[in-house]
Amino acid sequence: MNDLIKYAPDLAAGFLVNVELSLVCAVLSLIAGTVLVSLRVAPTPVLRTAAATYINIVRNTPLTLVLAFSALGLSDTLGLSFSKEPSTNAFWLVVLGLSAYTASFVAETLRSGINTVPLGQAEAARAIGLTFFQSLRMIILPQAFRAVIAPLGSVIIAMIKNTTVAMAAGYLAESAFVMKDTFDDTGVSIPIFIGLVLAFMAITLPVGFLAGRLARRLAVVR
Amino acid sequence: MSGPVDTSVLFDAPGPRARLRNNALSLLALIAIVAVVYFVYLKFDEKGQWEGRIWEPFAEPSTWTEYIIPGLLGTLKAAGLGAVFALVFGSVFGLARLSDHRWIRVPAGAVVEIFRAIPLLLLIFFLAYLAPAVFGSGDYTLIALVAGLTLYNGSVLAEVVRAGVLAVPKGQSEAAYSIGFRKNQVMRMVLLPQAVTAMMPAIVSQLVVLLKDTALGYIIAYVDLLNYGFKIIPAVFFGSLIPAAIVIGVIYVGLNMTLSALATWLEKRSRRSRRTSVKPIPAAADIGE
Repeated sequence: MNDLIKYAPDLAAGFLVNVELSLVCAVLSLIAGTVLVSLRVAPTPVLRTAAATYINIVRNTPLTLVLAFSALGLSDTLGLSFSKEPSTNAFWLVVLGLSAYTASFVAETLRSGINTVPLGQAEAARAIGLTFFQSLRMIILPQAFRAVIAPLGSVIIAMIKNTTVAMAAGYLAESAFVMKDTFDDTGVSIPIFIGLVLAFMAITLPVGFLAGRLARRLAVVR
Repeated sequence: MSGPVDTSVLFDAPGPRARLRNNALSLLALIAIVAVVYFVYLKFDEKGQWEGRIWEPFAEPSTWTEYIIPGLLGTLKAAGLGAVFALVFGSVFGLARLSDHRWIRVPAGAVVEIFRAIPLLLLIFFLAYLAPAVFGSGDYTLIALVAGLTLYNGSVLAEVVRAGVLAVPKGQSEAAYSIGFRKNQVMRMVLLPQAVTAMMPAIVSQLVVLLKDTALGYIIAYVDLLNYGFKIIPAVFFGSLIPAAIVIGVIYVGLNMTLSALATWLEKRSRRSRRTSVKPIPAAADIGE
């Protein structure tokens, strides 16, 4: 217990980084996922194939590989740099890798949402002369989103937990690294582990609860 | 009501103008894709990533026998052990959650819910530091990795098992009870055989997640495919990080796609199956790490 109190400020600072990463990546991966799914169902075969290929490859790659590659491959070898400050650069590399990874799952989830929209909706949209993008934007996607709020919530929760893998991209600031660092000093400490787990639960449980509530409130009545 | 939207009804069968527009868009998209590929090519070229020197090792059989295959075996060992233990853990806790006894049901539910909520990497770190403190010094990376994978994926599988058994129509167990089966006979001879068929696709999907998760071993320095690809090979053949990353990436994606294809095939088969009255259960919404 003493260890937990002694290292609490470091652990809290680390956990705050997880929260920060989660917020940025949630926004980016939801946007990128929506764009991807739009391409995935587009009338242009080339765009459809390109989006499907991206989704299938990224979904089947371990996140650890994606993150390690963005640091060692993209940044160190190929010279991609977001900032001169190494830790800022590493932060954005994690954001890049984690968002690119999560976006493919968001896109797949949204696609299963599109599959729940009845055929008549798309036909009606076309019948009143809406173009593909108009029907996607005004008819299909709003209903698709409302159908998959709960699964999207699960994807976001998994993404929040995945922020702990950031150290694979050489970003040594978030709580999993701080915990490891502390264990190197003090040896294993059960209170520290439990404290961190509770901190993560304090975020993931409300997200899950909120997603469930929204899913019920916004469900499309058919 | 009509069926779900298939992508082809989101837009009209293209007429002459739409065809023209589609072709123009296809061309633009192709140009954009080619431009991106060319840009990557240029960047690679600028940093000397096309030099034969760094790609040559992967044409040598010795690179494969000494580095890549041992790495793959490390990954498969962790995944195989994790899968077996997770399936056992999942079956035990999934069925325990369905128990009629409160004192079994409630603790089993708590264990499953807690391990599902813990970020897997935190759990693996904790186990990796806990093991030496309890059992004395030694190499516990494999044990920590397998134990972490088992506890996490086993908890997800427990939910799949529970959902599978609950999805069997009530009439099945009522009929079994009415012809005089005992509780465990109903489970063993009526519910489980039908539930397993319906669970298979979801189980295999979760095994894909488990296989991906073995890559976390890289962070605790377990010697797996990722470790060989990103640490050992670039250290031995200087500068060949990108080629190694591409080779092991292809291996990971190939393995996972094969497993995913198996899951899809099983789902189709179980949808057609007359041996079960249960529809396939959806895979857990789990994205792996």
